[in-house]
Amino acid sequence: MSDITSSAFIREDLVAERPAPVKTTGFIGLVRTRLFNSPTNILLTIVGALLLWFTIIPSVRFLVVDAVWSGKDRTACLAENTGSAVGACWPYIQAKLPQLIYGFYPEAERWRVDLTLVLAVVLLLPLLIPRLPAKGFNAGLFFFAFPVVAFFLLHGGGLGGFGLSWTAGLLQLFDDSIIGAGQAVLSLSKSSPIGPLLWVVGNLILLVGTAIYWLIYPLTWLRDQLQGTGQSVWTDFAITAVVVTLIAFFLGGGVRAGWRALASSIAAFVAVAIIIKLMGLDHGGLPIVQTNLWGGLLVTLVVSVTGIVTSLPIGIALALGRRSTIPLIRIFSIAFIEFWRGVPLITVLFFATYMLPLFLPGNFTVDGLVRALIGISLFTGAYQAENVRGGLAAIPRGQGEAAAALGLSWWKMTSLIVLPQALRHVIPNLVNSFISLFKDTSLVSIVALFDLLGSLRASFSDPKWSTPSTAFTGFAFAGIIYFMFCFGMSRYSLFVEHRLNAHRRN
Amino acid sequence: MSTEARKPPAQIALKIRRVLGGKTGWNGIAVQFAFAAILGWIAYEIVSNARANLENQHIAAGFGFLRNNAGFDVNQTLISYTGSDTFLRVFVVGLLNTLIVSVVGIVFATAIGFIVALCRLSPNWLLSRIGELYVEIIRNLPLLFQILFWYLAVLAALPNPRQSISLLGISFVSNRGLVVPRPIGESGFEAFLAVFVFGIVASLALRFYARRALFERGQMIRIWPYVLGLLFGLPLLTMLVFGPPFSFELPQLKGFNFAGGSRIIPEFVALALALSTYTAAFIAEIVRAGILSVHSGQMEAGASLGLSRGTTLRLIVVPQAMRVIVPPLTNQYLNLTKNSSLAVAIGYPDLVSVFAGTSLSQTGQAIEIIAMTMGVYLLISLITSAVMSIYGWRISRSLGA
Repeated sequence: MSDITSSAFIREDLVAERPAPVKTTGFIGLVRTRLFNSPTNILLTIVGALLLWFTIIPSVRFLVVDAVWSGKDRTACLAENTGSAVGACWPYIQAKLPQLIYGFYPEAERWRVDLTLVLAVVLLLPLLIPRLPAKGFNAGLFFFAFPVVAFFLLHGGGLGGFGLSWTAGLLQLFDDSIIGAGQAVLSLSKSSPIGPLLWVVGNLILLVGTAIYWLIYPLTWLRDQLQGTGQSVWTDFAITAVVVTLIAFFLGGGVRAGWRALASSIAAFVAVAIIIKLMGLDHGGLPIVQTNLWGGLLVTLVVSVTGIVTSLPIGIALALGRRSTIPLIRIFSIAFIEFWRGVPLITVLFFATYMLPLFLPGNFTVDGLVRALIGISLFTGAYQAENVRGGLAAIPRGQGEAAAALGLSWWKMTSLIVLPQALRHVIPNLVNSFISLFKDTSLVSIVALFDLLGSLRASFSDPKWSTPSTAFTGFAFAGIIYFMFCFGMSRYSLFVEHRLNAHRRN
Repeated sequence: MSTEARKPPAQIALKIRRVLGGKTGWNGIAVQFAFAAILGWIAYEIVSNARANLENQHIAAGFGFLRNNAGFDVNQTLISYTGSDTFLRVFVVGLLNTLIVSVVGIVFATAIGFIVALCRLSPNWLLSRIGELYVEIIRNLPLLFQILFWYLAVLAALPNPRQSISLLGISFVSNRGLVVPRPIGESGFEAFLAVFVFGIVASLALRFYARRALFERGQMIRIWPYVLGLLFGLPLLTMLVFGPPFSFELPQLKGFNFAGGSRIIPEFVALALALSTYTAAFIAEIVRAGILSVHSGQMEAGASLGLSRGTTLRLIVVPQAMRVIVPPLTNQYLNLTKNSSLAVAIGYPDLVSVFAGTSLSQTGQAIEIIAMTMGVYLLISLITSAVMSIYGWRISRSLGA
């Protein structure tokens, strides 16, 4: 034992302790390595600190320290009355808050707006949390049932009929247009060099129109009979329910396998009946609030949610059309997408406001809000199409080929195999599009709709609250609201992206 | 005794089916016919309704209105314009105003964007946080909000011309806009211009020659002293010989406003400011992603070849980063140009504001005017995407070679 310790190559005393290495973690380490490690960096740090000093401090002073928190009118927010520098004039926001949120929505009816918002949140939250089940059912509720309920809640009004009346009306409109075209061709044939040919074509079109008229005659006759009775909505509803359920039953597989389709169809119609009964849609519904009374955050949210809900199906259809091998459909999709992507949204809104009414029949007026919604849906749809196309391109060909080998039709292959994977790939891009849509809704204030920004701008002109700090206060308030929505969405998109790429991390 | 291989049958019918109907064949052709019928029906409805509506409103369709007198004034014109000029001239005035604000916005957005990107990539923790803060705040607020903020809050809070803020005594900032000295051409102007253009052309030719010499003979030619002389020395010499090319007319306060000098209207300032700061946030993200996309091994490889850090950056990293940066950057330039149409909210006389706004409400020619306005933007974006595809093609060719 002892001769091992006395060996020449073994140290006899301990090495002296070396000083601890310079700390590179924690706050001190951060300061040392990332802020003051070289002369240039010290200079940059000082510049950055000065920059913050001259932006953060005045902002905080304006928003909190120097702010006026209570008062009745502009006198509370004037420097000569407070005796010191005046920051934000918060009583102005308090006074204008209802206008900034509801616009001129009647005070007695505002619970409807609140209820709609609560419904939206209750439906949206389970969609956004990935762990919760029943995404398909939930998405169906949010994308199909919620818009209809929200319309009757916000706008009010009731039903005049149901599926049967609508189908009959639509077919009649189509038939009228065909007969009109036939008559136009006939009148053209009198003054044209190829008159006889046009005469034949016109009469052929008229013949088709008349045939359709007699084909749909039972339907229109039934509708006219229903309108006469007192319970037209419920009778119409019952007929529609029976017809649709039977169709679902037989398409679903008849006596062999159609029971599931039958059950879900009945459940859906029962739910619709409950909603109709609850909201009293069969006898007029809630009092109507015209959309020119809507305003503030309500319009911003209505426009953005409608844009989100309608742009996605448009985008999916256009993306599938652009990848289709059928020439006409592909060319149409490409032209449509590139057209809307090539023009600014504001010209689209001008188009929807001034040009669209010219394209509709003279007796047919479209509400200003609906016009803007149409423009925004088409515009965002084109952008979503490019997002969805990116997702479709990311799906390996083998997926589609495997589905074809299993004997699935094109529709089943697309809806069951390709689209679910493609859409999941592009959720972050879709959410980013929603963010820009939400920001772009502020443009509707240019075509005389009072969204949050429009209401804010309108409130500046109120002489009761005109002070030097009014404009800054208003922009601070609206800015915080916009920032919360957009920042929240962008964080959510990052979260989803992180989750989707979980398998790529190591 | 060899037999000729039999040619495959012509399959003309199959080929036609393929061209007309795609993979789905006759079904595809049937779908197309149905689709064409629906499109035709919609088009017919639109045309007949539009004709009936225009007749009811007594509006004559067509572009004849472009030759009528406009009868309204525009508060910023790059070409001479009075109220008695035609609507066609209004169109040109608006288009030029759109282009000038876009160009100014693009220049500033690029500069700010690159600075913010460098801040975000900086090893300095505080600076990178400030860059991040800038990007997050600007990107999450609507552009229209920012335009109105600059116009209604910041610029409106500036003092009136009498108490205006003086910048070195030659420019003045007030709530009526920015007044700067106006250059006026003097006798030596033509000679100066000619020499200046000659200097630029000669420098470009010199650079071309030097690069050829480098690539073909491996000969390094140092050209920067000559270029410096051509670009600065020669014009200075002309100035000494022919006298100064232009003098400046200084703005002076007369009564309640400024006389002399050029006035930049506050609408222009607000719009250019908002457009450039907004787009800069997006450009910063693009530049950052582009620089991060170059693998760090490239930098190390450059160093192991004995290149200095600056040379590595210039010859290896930046060219590769540019390949990633340029396409989305062009897209942002296009977005900025399209976003300049928000000018209508604050009354800057751009194309949408004077043509699709004022002219439309005066003439009621909605279809023609909106089609022309959309056509201009569509043309700009089509040209840009054409240029970008040529660029992409050249890049892919250079990578393939």
